[in-house]
Amino acid sequence: MLRLENLSVTFNANTVNERKALKNINLKLDSGDFVTVIGSNGSGKSTLMNAVCGSCNIDSGKIFVGGKNITYAKEHRRARYIGRLFQDPLKGTAPNMTIEENLGLAYSRGKKRSLSIGISNRDLKLFREKLAELDIGLEDRMKTPVGLLSGGQRQALTLLMATIVTPKLLLLDEHTAALDPVTADKVMSITEKIVKDNNITTLMITHNVSNALEYGNKTLVLSQGNILAYIEGEERANMSLSKIMELYADSSGDTLTDKMLFQ
Amino acid sequence: MSISNIINKKNILSLVPKLVLVILLLVIINTQMTESVVLGTLEKGLVFSFLALGIFISFRILDIPDLSVDGTFTLGVAVSVMNAYNGSPVRGIILAVIAGAAAGCVTGLLVTKLKVQPILAGIITMTALYSINLKIMSRPNISLWRKDTLFTYFEDSLGEYNKVIVSGIVLIAVSLILFLFLKTQLGMSLRATGDNEFMVRASSINSDTMKILGFALANGLVSLSGAMYAQYSSAGDTNSGTGMLVVGLASIIIGEIFFKKHSILFGILAAIIGATAYRYVLAFAMGLGMDSNYTKLFSAVIVAIAIAVPAVKGYAVDFYKRYILKGKGGDSKC
Repeated sequence: MLRLENLSVTFNANTVNERKALKNINLKLDSGDFVTVIGSNGSGKSTLMNAVCGSCNIDSGKIFVGGKNITYAKEHRRARYIGRLFQDPLKGTAPNMTIEENLGLAYSRGKKRSLSIGISNRDLKLFREKLAELDIGLEDRMKTPVGLLSGGQRQALTLLMATIVTPKLLLLDEHTAALDPVTADKVMSITEKIVKDNNITTLMITHNVSNALEYGNKTLVLSQGNILAYIEGEERANMSLSKIMELYADSSGDTLTDKMLFQ
Repeated sequence: MSISNIINKKNILSLVPKLVLVILLLVIINTQMTESVVLGTLEKGLVFSFLALGIFISFRILDIPDLSVDGTFTLGVAVSVMNAYNGSPVRGIILAVIAGAAAGCVTGLLVTKLKVQPILAGIITMTALYSINLKIMSRPNISLWRKDTLFTYFEDSLGEYNKVIVSGIVLIAVSLILFLFLKTQLGMSLRATGDNEFMVRASSINSDTMKILGFALANGLVSLSGAMYAQYSSAGDTNSGTGMLVVGLASIIIGEIFFKKHSILFGILAAIIGATAYRYVLAFAMGLGMDSNYTKLFSAVIVAIAIAVPAVKGYAVDFYKRYILKGKGGDSKC
C-alpha cells in the first residue's frame, strides 16, 4: 500500500548545519499492515511521516501510495488518501468550529468543496453514530466548539475525522504522547479498534517501546536516518524490550533516551 | 432554581458594558441629535456595514489584518463614481464589487503563492491601488451633483427614507447570502482555514485557494461599501479610503461588545450593529464639538483601547494584589 524507494531527506543542505535526516530509505507496507515506528530523537521518524504526507521536501527517491506515484503531489492532494494525526491535539481540529462542523469538513475529504449545504441531516445521523462508537460522550455535544474539549477528546475526534472517509494510509505521529496515561490508553484502544474495523494500513510513531510491540503487526526501528530493523512475524513475537535495547546498543553511537527506557 | 442562580454575579458583570453602551447610545440619540442627524447617521452606518462585513471576513474569519482594504475602498468609490457620472450607477456598483474582489485576489496571491507577509502584501496592494484609483478617476475628486445614483432612483417613491431603505435592503440581501455561504462546504472550509491551517490541509483542502477566496470576498465587500458610499454622498475622492481598516476594526470591536458568542450569525450581526453604533458615537462626538479632522484619531484610539483592555486588566489585577491585598491572597485571575 505504501512503498518508499531510496528516499533521502537533507536539512540545511550545503551549510555547516547540514543534516541527513533520512538516508536511502526503502520500505514497503502491505495492505492492512499496522507498522509501529520507534527510534530516539532525531532518528528521522517524524521526517519519514512528513515526507510521506508532503509537508517536507525530499532530495531524491520515490513515494507510492496504493501503486500511485505521489512523490511530487501537493500536501492537500495527498490528504485525499492519507489520514494524519499530529502529536499536538490542537493541530488536528478547528477550535472555533463545532464538533459537527469539524466532522463535516473531514467527511468531504477528497471531494470537491461546493456550494452545497455543509452538513445534511443524513450526515448528522452518521456523525452521531460514529461519535457514539468512540464511547466518550461526544455524541450529545455536537454543537460544542471543539476548543472546549480536552486534549484526549480532541485527539479521539481527530482520529475519527482522519478515518471517517477510510484513508488508504493512516499516519499517527506520537498521537498519544501529549495525553495522560489513562487517556492515552483509551485513545490507543480506540485507534486499534478503528484500524482493525476498517482494515487501514497504518504507520504509527511511538516513544513507548512496549506500545510498539503490543500494537500492530510490524515494527520499524530507525536510527540516524537509517532503518535499523524491520521486525515482523515470529521474530517480532519473540521480541522483548531488552532485545530492542540490544539492537540499539549495537547501532553506532545511538543510545536510547531515558524517556524510552523508563516507560 | 432560584433567581440568584440565574442572575449570578458573572452574568451581571458581563452585561454591564452592554447596558452602559445601550444607555449611552439612547442618551446620545435623544439629547444631542435632531431627527435628520439620527437618520443620516443610520444611513452611514448601513453603508459602512459592508466595510465591517468585509473586515469581519479577513480579520475574524481568516485571522489576517488585511491592509489592502484602504485601497479597495477607494477602488469601489472610483469605479462607482465614474460609472454613475457616465449614467449607469447600478453597473458601477456591480463592477466595483468585481474590481474589489480582483484586487483581493492580488493580495491573496502575494500572500499564498509568493509568500509575502500578509501585512506587507496588503500595503503593496494598497499602494498600487492608489495609482490605479487616480487613473480611474483621472482627477482627485468628482462630484455626482445632478447625476443619477442608486438612491435617487427611489427618491420619488420612498421620500426621505430612500437611502435607509435601499442600503438596508442591499445589506440584508448581502448578509443573508454571506451567512448562507459560510454554512456551505466551501464556506466551512474557508472558516477552518483561518482557524487551523494544519487541519485544513490534512483534510485535503487547498488552504491557498481558500485564503485567496477569503481575500477576494473581503475586498469585494469593502469595495461595495466604497461604491455605496460614493453614490450615497454623491461624490468620490481618491483619499476616501484612508484609515478604513481601522474604522472597520473599531466597528467590529464595538459590535462584539453586544455579541460575545463566536458564531457566524452573531459575527455578522456584530459587524452591522457595530458599524452603526460606531457612526452614532462619532456623530455624538462631533455634536459635542469634535473637529471632523479628528475622526480617524478617534477610531484609532477606540481600536487601541479595545485591544489593550485585557493587558491593562491584567496589570490592574497585579497591582491590586501586590499593593492593596499585600499578598494576602484572593482569587488568582489569569
